Amino acid sequence: MNWLIAVLQSMLFVVLAPLLAGWLKCCKCYLQNRKAPSVIQPYRDLLKLSHKQPVVAEQASWIFLISPYIIFSATVLAATVVPFIAVNLPTSASADVIVMVGFFAFARFFLALAGLDIGTAFGGMGSSREMTISSLAEPAMLMAVFTLTMTASTTNLSLAIAHVLNEGLVLRPSFVFALAALTLVAIAETGRIPVDNPATHLELTMIHEAMILEYSGRHLALIEWASQLKLMLYGVLIANIFLPWGIAETFSGQALGYGLLAIMGKLAVLAIFLAIAETLVAKMRLFRVQEYLSFAYLLGLLGMLSHIILEAAR
Amino acid sequence: MSHSNWTADFLSRLGTDMTVTAIDTASTTVWQIESHVWQRFAELAVREKLRWAAGWAEQVQNRFFINACFEKQGQYILLRTIIDESKPELPSQATVYPAANRSERHTQDMFGIKFIDHPDNRRWTRHQAWIDSQYPLRKDFPAEGTPVGITPPDMHYPFIQSHGAGVYEIPVGPVHAGIIEPGHFRFQAVGELILNLEERLGYVHKGIEKIAERRTPESLAKLAGRVSGDTTVGHCWAACRAMEQAAGVVIPPRAALIRGILAERERIANHMGDMGAICNDVAFVFAQMQFTRLRELWLRTNATVFGHRLLMDRIVPGGVACDLSEASCHLIKKEIAELRKEMAEVILALDLNTSLEDRLYTAGFLAEQTAAAFGALGYVGRASGQDRDVRRDTPYAPYDRVTVKVAVETQGDIASRFWVRYKEIIAALHLIEDFIDQLVVGELCAEWQTPAMGSEGLGIIEGWRGEIISYIRFDADNKIARFYPRDPSQINWPTLEKLVLDNIVPDFPVCNKSLNGSYSGNDL
Repeated sequence: MNWLIAVLQSMLFVVLAPLLAGWLKCCKCYLQNRKAPSVIQPYRDLLKLSHKQPVVAEQASWIFLISPYIIFSATVLAATVVPFIAVNLPTSASADVIVMVGFFAFARFFLALAGLDIGTAFGGMGSSREMTISSLAEPAMLMAVFTLTMTASTTNLSLAIAHVLNEGLVLRPSFVFALAALTLVAIAETGRIPVDNPATHLELTMIHEAMILEYSGRHLALIEWASQLKLMLYGVLIANIFLPWGIAETFSGQALGYGLLAIMGKLAVLAIFLAIAETLVAKMRLFRVQEYLSFAYLLGLLGMLSHIILEAAR
Repeated sequence: MSHSNWTADFLSRLGTDMTVTAIDTASTTVWQIESHVWQRFAELAVREKLRWAAGWAEQVQNRFFINACFEKQGQYILLRTIIDESKPELPSQATVYPAANRSERHTQDMFGIKFIDHPDNRRWTRHQAWIDSQYPLRKDFPAEGTPVGITPPDMHYPFIQSHGAGVYEIPVGPVHAGIIEPGHFRFQAVGELILNLEERLGYVHKGIEKIAERRTPESLAKLAGRVSGDTTVGHCWAACRAMEQAAGVVIPPRAALIRGILAERERIANHMGDMGAICNDVAFVFAQMQFTRLRELWLRTNATVFGHRLLMDRIVPGGVACDLSEASCHLIKKEIAELRKEMAEVILALDLNTSLEDRLYTAGFLAEQTAAAFGALGYVGRASGQDRDVRRDTPYAPYDRVTVKVAVETQGDIASRFWVRYKEIIAALHLIEDFIDQLVVGELCAEWQTPAMGSEGLGIIEGWRGEIISYIRFDADNKIARFYPRDPSQINWPTLEKLVLDNIVPDFPVCNKSLNGSYSGNDL
């Protein structure tokens, strides 16, 4: 029964990810005084792409061909680790947050390889930039996560969330710092403005898009879907760790339904904040990203320090 | 600016072996010199701070006329030399004037005229598709060309190479991920830092100069309006002005005022588009959407008032093809008031945005000396301290009856080019209002007079990108013998290669957009 719910939850996660991307697009369009495409437009795009025959460069090796599947599967596996509508599920019990970061790193490794595989200048450029950014983002992310796990004394996300729920509403300075750090990392890792611009057509400014320029058809659909999943994953992580209220603690139909509504509401609100932020700022110069991520790391560190100084003694 | 007569002074300083035959035509002064002193003249001219403005050639029977246009203090000089077909060579002026480089290569490609000592004799406009011995602008070359089944690719162009640890090349274009004009950019970079950029243009060569031959004035005006779609008013006006000079036609005052309104409307529309596009290139989409909206409303008024969104073919030889009713004047004035209000709101939002400021300030710096050396035009020149505007320096109707405010900045960066555009919009709005206020009742089009065979005209106007020079020579029976349009992009493109140096690769698109050269106007 638990496994069934865990599988259903993961499937729901995968299915809902394009909806979040669609909703985000709607919010952004609204803020720019534009008419928005339908919320379900990302589904249509994925469907369209999946019907199209992929065009593969002559120079492509097997790495280029299997990368989309590896990236998508690794991202789905990462999604199973994160409690979405319910805690205490066997999938999240079996893996912790470090495994999740590992899945991301694994997917990114193949994405960067695929970018290099074709041998175009853009792919290589994108891979190089992506690795630069992620080498700075990962420590910052782990630092933020460690702050949380120290509070809960576990790296298991499910247990950490349960711990926060049991504690009730307590304002912890360490959580405020960690939230800020994680938000900054999430923006960098999902390739949003001001770090990367997912909507650009300018090859030379691209990071994520530069690596996947050569992909088409179902390959592109899988990669696009994986990045939508990643965006949602970070959203769920932020929503459920810092504001877990509403998540299902029992597996009754009512609790699960309530949990689903709660997380969807939280994600919708988060997307509005993201859309506002993306409308307010321009993309930063590439070499500012290291300062930005160092700042995220610093926030994570401050979170941990404030935990040790202010909270750990109690 | 004082319009002192520097020409007499300059002529007196020329060496005794350099005989200049000054021919004063209706439009401009032609100085004819011997071909062997062609380069020496340039050396003297650069010392006297003359600006090289344009260069082109023409075949007349079995001789080539080589022309170069120079300017100082608003006065233009057309330098000419005549060489024989049997020995088509000439010393280069590109040795002292970097701006002449591509122009001479264009002449070399199109006429087979060799420029001795040219610093760079690679092909420019004539890609590999052309057989080596074919010179399209010679009279024996057919206007329909010599089409082959499959056009050979433009391979093996010897780009500048660079070597060293970690140096790599990025080829960009000519096909881009966005829907933009084709052009190839070759970067040498180390890490993200740009060591060198080389442009390779010519992908939209349409044979404008060739197909202009034997056209009637009306048909040439239409062709000129298609040299570069975004500058349709500018090019059309320059070509018509050249033809009117050649034919001795004076346009009626009402037509001049309407031409002024059309040109300023084109300037405003394009500047708004550019300002939005600059913001979009640093992912500040909000601004782009606002500017796109404002530009769209502006273009719709163009359609209602003048009958064409981009104002194509509104200018005809001798006058204009559209009138302005009382109600339209009212509509335009109301629209200007609204635009001012909306623009103030958008500009305030941009001015206060620090993230935008961080991207636009100091990036893409073009030094004043570099801009002067290339003779950079329009907003590119004016953002780098080049106080130059044909509307003020060599006023032509209707600008002779108003004061033109020229926005000049010395910062030389992207932000500077952005703000110069904004100031030009504000100035242009005033100009439109002035023109409407001064609108006189009268004819819209003067009667055309067939010009004498061989009569020539040099139409110089200030388009939205900067000074446009259009040269026309008439053949017999009212037909065109030679048409050469010099789009400001031809001068400004090379400055892009300079202003991106020391920038990082991802900043190139916004540097490029701040310059926004026309590919079509450059490739002809």
